[in-house]
Amino acid sequence: MSRVLMKGNEAIGEGAVQAGCRYFFGYPITPQSELTHYLAKRLPEVGGLYMQAESEVASINMVYGAAGAGARVMTSSSGPGISLMQEGISYLAGAELPCVIVNMMRGGPGLGNIAPSQSDYFQATRGGGHGDYRTITLAPNSVQEIIDMMKKAFDLADKYRNPVILMADGVMGQMMEPVDLDDEAPAPEVVSKTWAADGMKGRGHKNIINSLYVVPEELERHNRELGRKYAEIEAREVMLEEYRLDGAEVALVAFGTTSRVCRAVVERARSRGIPAGLIRPIALWPFPYDFIAAVAAGVKCFLVVEMNMGQMVEDVQMAVKGLVPVHFYGRCGGMVPAAGDVLKEVETIWRGGGEQK
Amino acid sequence: MLEEIYIAGFGGQGALSTGQLLAYAGLMEGKYVSYVPFYGVEKRGGVANCGVVVSDRPVSSPIVTEPTVLVVMNNPSLEKFEHAVIPGGLILINSSLVEGKVGRMDLKVMDIPANEQAEALGNSQVANNVILGALVELTGVVAIETVAEALKKVLPEHHHKLIPVNRLALERGAALAGEWRQARES
Repeated sequence: MSRVLMKGNEAIGEGAVQAGCRYFFGYPITPQSELTHYLAKRLPEVGGLYMQAESEVASINMVYGAAGAGARVMTSSSGPGISLMQEGISYLAGAELPCVIVNMMRGGPGLGNIAPSQSDYFQATRGGGHGDYRTITLAPNSVQEIIDMMKKAFDLADKYRNPVILMADGVMGQMMEPVDLDDEAPAPEVVSKTWAADGMKGRGHKNIINSLYVVPEELERHNRELGRKYAEIEAREVMLEEYRLDGAEVALVAFGTTSRVCRAVVERARSRGIPAGLIRPIALWPFPYDFIAAVAAGVKCFLVVEMNMGQMVEDVQMAVKGLVPVHFYGRCGGMVPAAGDVLKEVETIWRGGGEQK
Repeated sequence: MLEEIYIAGFGGQGALSTGQLLAYAGLMEGKYVSYVPFYGVEKRGGVANCGVVVSDRPVSSPIVTEPTVLVVMNNPSLEKFEHAVIPGGLILINSSLVEGKVGRMDLKVMDIPANEQAEALGNSQVANNVILGALVELTGVVAIETVAEALKKVLPEHHHKLIPVNRLALERGAALAGEWRQARES
């Protein structure tokens, strides 16, 4: 075990290697390029393959091929590149192929800018591409958590045969924090993928990777099976962190970078006598509706803080069901909320003001 | 102990590597640290700022918006960030490059002609470490010796021949800061 200072982007790469991922297909884009640099160097060292494809569309379809053959495989990009990948992600979901897709979010829409943002929340948690599907979406908030979460991401992808999106932003990608690296971690267990198209190997039947169902009855059956799988994920895989919710009357809700800012806000609010607490969804889908509903029964109001014009706030409203007011504070375009500004918002709300979303 | 340090300059001045060096030194002393850079799309000459937190406790927010220490390496940064420093905080100014003066009276302000000092040491590129030496001396956030050790980690191997002059720069900055503090107290 060694303690080193690492960039978030590099931590994703190292976390993937430690999780047994040996294949990366991608195309560079700021603010995640250090991840591709890292894996270009690191994957050949462990007998893996790094390939810079000609585009994001090609990358995601190479992921489809490798995943179909049973490999632990990933790609990464940022907003515009992830948009280009959406057709492929829909095919991966339709064919039930496990893979990990990293989105280091930047400002949008369009080309936007390279500064940090959380504006792809809807895209990730609502499917993103065409058709009726979901992607498990994870949102780490520290470099250590990134390392630990990569293994979880690949395990979830394999367990449910579903794409997993790891969503962070430019701050998380560029930030350096100390991490404990387990240099002697045992190689992860190879998950037996009896469905993979990796040759007959004496099997009596062909494994076919496919998302085409011409007969409506068959596609409906497939959709219902996917629906059952998504329901199981929703029941089992909710992940969250709570901070100082004991006796809290103002519940902040934030993920990723903004959850770090909000943690500082909670500390400062508490020291001024305002009973604030924080809910941090670690998984954005499945979303912790039940937990937030339970918290709603005991607090005066919520404040959702995001780096967008208000996206996760809609999930919080769905959970709260109008029981108490849900307020929103957002910065966008690459602006990161300042703890002092969020604290002012908390104080305004606490005094009974503030706009509701 | 909690220091929230913001280092602001143009690309190429070493603002980001100074921040990384400080974070590494904090890590080597077993402290909790974070480092977050903010930079523009330009390869050189654009905005290059970073926030570094060094603390005895886990870092809540790595985003530095109310610094305890501000390092100013160019004119626009002084205008932009002077107001953000906490009352009683410290501003270190590279007076070789910055003409403006701090308007606030509730801050400690040390002007360091870092480029002249670095040139006197024979390498203008170590100006940032003259400032870092002063910062470390005035805050005690880490030991100078640890920063010098951290140079080995931050500088690529082929630049290790520059470690001695960087170490001199750190020591020069610390000595200047010691004199400044004495003059201020007497």
